[in-house]
Amino acid sequence: MADGFDSRHGGQGASRRAFLKGSVAAVGGAAAVAAGAAAAAEGDPLILEVQEWASGLGDGVDAVPYGMPIRFESDVIRRHVEWLTADPRSSVNFTPIHALDGTITPQGCAFERHHSGAIELSKQDYRLMINGLVERPLVFTYWDLERFPRENHVYFCECAANTGMEWKGAQLNGAQFTHGMIHNMEYTGVPLRILLEEAGVKPEGSWIYVEGHDASSNGRSIPMEKALDDVLVAFKANGEALRKEHGYPVRLVVPGWEGNMWVKWLRRVEVTDGPVESREETSKYTDLLANGIARKWTWVMDAKSVITSPSPQSPILHGPGPLVITGLAWSGHGAITRVDVSLDGGVSWQQARLAQPGQPKALTRFYLEIDWDGSEMFLQSRAMDETGYVQPTKDELRAIRGTNSIYHNNGIQTWWVKPNGEAENVEVS
Amino acid sequence: MSRFLEFGAPAAAAVVAVLAYNFGDRFVTPMPELPDRSEAIAKYTAPPPSPLMAAVAEGHAEGRYGLGRPATPDEIAAWDVNVMPDGRGLPPGSGSVEDGEVLFADNCAVCHGDFAEGVDRWPPLAGGIGTLTEERPHKTVGSYWPYLSTAWDYVHRSMPFGAAQTLSPDEVYAIVAYILYSNDLVDSDFVLSDENFLDVEMPNANGFIVDDRPETEYPLFRREPCMSGCKDGPVEVTMRAVVLDVTPEQAEARQARETQAATGDEAGAVEAPAAAEETALQEAAVEAPSGAQPETGGVVIDPALAAAGEKVFRKCQSCHQVGEGAKNRSGPHLSGIVGRPVAAAEGFRYSAEMKAMGEAGEVWTPERLARFLADPKGDVKGTKMSFRGLNKPEDIAAVIAYLAQFQ
Repeated sequence: MADGFDSRHGGQGASRRAFLKGSVAAVGGAAAVAAGAAAAAEGDPLILEVQEWASGLGDGVDAVPYGMPIRFESDVIRRHVEWLTADPRSSVNFTPIHALDGTITPQGCAFERHHSGAIELSKQDYRLMINGLVERPLVFTYWDLERFPRENHVYFCECAANTGMEWKGAQLNGAQFTHGMIHNMEYTGVPLRILLEEAGVKPEGSWIYVEGHDASSNGRSIPMEKALDDVLVAFKANGEALRKEHGYPVRLVVPGWEGNMWVKWLRRVEVTDGPVESREETSKYTDLLANGIARKWTWVMDAKSVITSPSPQSPILHGPGPLVITGLAWSGHGAITRVDVSLDGGVSWQQARLAQPGQPKALTRFYLEIDWDGSEMFLQSRAMDETGYVQPTKDELRAIRGTNSIYHNNGIQTWWVKPNGEAENVEVS
Repeated sequence: MSRFLEFGAPAAAAVVAVLAYNFGDRFVTPMPELPDRSEAIAKYTAPPPSPLMAAVAEGHAEGRYGLGRPATPDEIAAWDVNVMPDGRGLPPGSGSVEDGEVLFADNCAVCHGDFAEGVDRWPPLAGGIGTLTEERPHKTVGSYWPYLSTAWDYVHRSMPFGAAQTLSPDEVYAIVAYILYSNDLVDSDFVLSDENFLDVEMPNANGFIVDDRPETEYPLFRREPCMSGCKDGPVEVTMRAVVLDVTPEQAEARQARETQAATGDEAGAVEAPAAAEETALQEAAVEAPSGAQPETGGVVIDPALAAAGEKVFRKCQSCHQVGEGAKNRSGPHLSGIVGRPVAAAEGFRYSAEMKAMGEAGEVWTPERLARFLADPKGDVKGTKMSFRGLNKPEDIAAVIAYLAQFQ
């Protein structure tokens, strides 16, 4: 797909343009999709005629030893925004959340954020050092880590700058671009607490400093309380090894906290008596307020949600009638307890259906099934978490922070869905 | 930081014991399909490098897992290089602004610009002091970074981009000294060292507060959600992403929109407010606040040349403002500079040489400016402007045409 838009009804090679042409040609009546299903009076050739796949043979096993998505899904890929950054080695791309469902993000399309490129580091070359204010400075190999007790947890990882391009107004036209710096995986790893206990934290050790093997090092300081709570030293995601771009062979998982702290290619954990105040926690990942003062240590990702479909990259192709509105909600403070959806830009709201009860610090899928009358909608979603926090509007955040804080924009998103099914990123009164 | 390292008492017998435990145990379940695993293990069959093995063996006896091995002092020194805000972790050494300028030009300027002003979307490191409350804050080492340790640590650990950890401590001191100089925080004869490191005052040292969302936001947002009549309806569109048209791969979508518009099917287009247009791309960039566009306005002399000059001016704007409301920054404001007497910006502290030129009646004619911009220091010895000059005559002509618009 050249243009990155949905191809549900054109098969491979179709485009949004084709869709739009189709809908324009069939204004107010049967859309292209309906025409396909109705077919000729005598019936659908796909049913009436014996198809090649119903007669011949498909691929044998091992045709692809490690399977990839079928070619018809080739538009469900990560994308980046070229003008955002100076160099792809210090850049970010976005998860195609508009085209996914459920909650688990496949590793192959989970967003990437590198500060000096994704490095290739083998298990045999991997070392993890724990030093600083510990009784026993230690070095672990990858296989040492596999011998500690493991845990499995599903957590979201959201870049602090997710939605950061929208502070001054609606800018990027697609859920992938406005909200795609997030993924959600099932991690397997060793609680950092166990490794710290192995090294023996001295009483004066109140913080840790974690850094990666890559040139950026991406060092971050984390209070000991969090380090001993739920931080994982992870080596598997969704059941298989981490991907190179996500820190193979070992990354840190810091549940509920901004993605920058989830150090990839984890190389060292230093127990310290204070924060290091590294580049990534002073010049970056601090939130400048309108009064010129900046917040630091804004680690927790507040409750947030977005409707993934319909959305600009996932327009309504079927015309009026039954419509599934769906999206994602999450909170770094705990579980999502409720999501509301508005069709009129926030004047009135109705409760959406959670696909499953919310899990702490993990994505929650919600659905709202409606009978769409074909009129324009201003779709919004609003998450609520177990602390009672209700996702605020963007203007409420701006009133407190101004528009230059870059990070932690968890305001309510609006999609303007037009009668032809197209959707656009807008802000409303 | 090896400053924390402490050693336990040597205990040879325990060392032997832990070896037996570690390596005997590893081979209980051979994994023939992983030959490199055996290779990795072989690296540890060397004698233990530190008496700390004793502690590990002891730990196993105490209920720990006894996994891993002690880190050696040399290993810790090799990896533990971060610097704390109070200077702990800084190696002995020093470097001058003078040396730093050369090192910066060789190692840093390709991305950060000769004068640390930032090239393209690479971060500017200088200028911007006093802009944090402005519409377009200019966040640099001088205007934003609270600790000098951060700059030293980052240059030493992660720069230059693509060749990290190739600079010696003295070179890092020199480059950091030059960055300070480019921010007007030290004089040209300054030498930075581990001894005077903490004497440098960072302008924005007090510009940060610890996350106050628990006080300023959570009480407001932990509330009963409104379900109906939450605001006046129907709502109106106040801003549209499509108007900006900065989303990638939009060519086909744009064509489609045009096709749609041609058939008269456009669903109630809403005029975007001017503010939308002002949501400049770079302003909302994830983290690369590359040069904001200079103000436009005034009379365009040669539009093409002036437009080219606007780009050239990015090299200047970390220190110089021009246009309506321009103020003196690291450099004097440049409104009306073409035709202005030398050293005439009110309130700017010029070098003695510049003042002398002004008193002698010299004027910044286009020709005089061109001579200065080609080689600032060669032309006016002692100028405070440490920009290295513009090499291309066409760049000089362009930037002068651009500046001539602002009278």
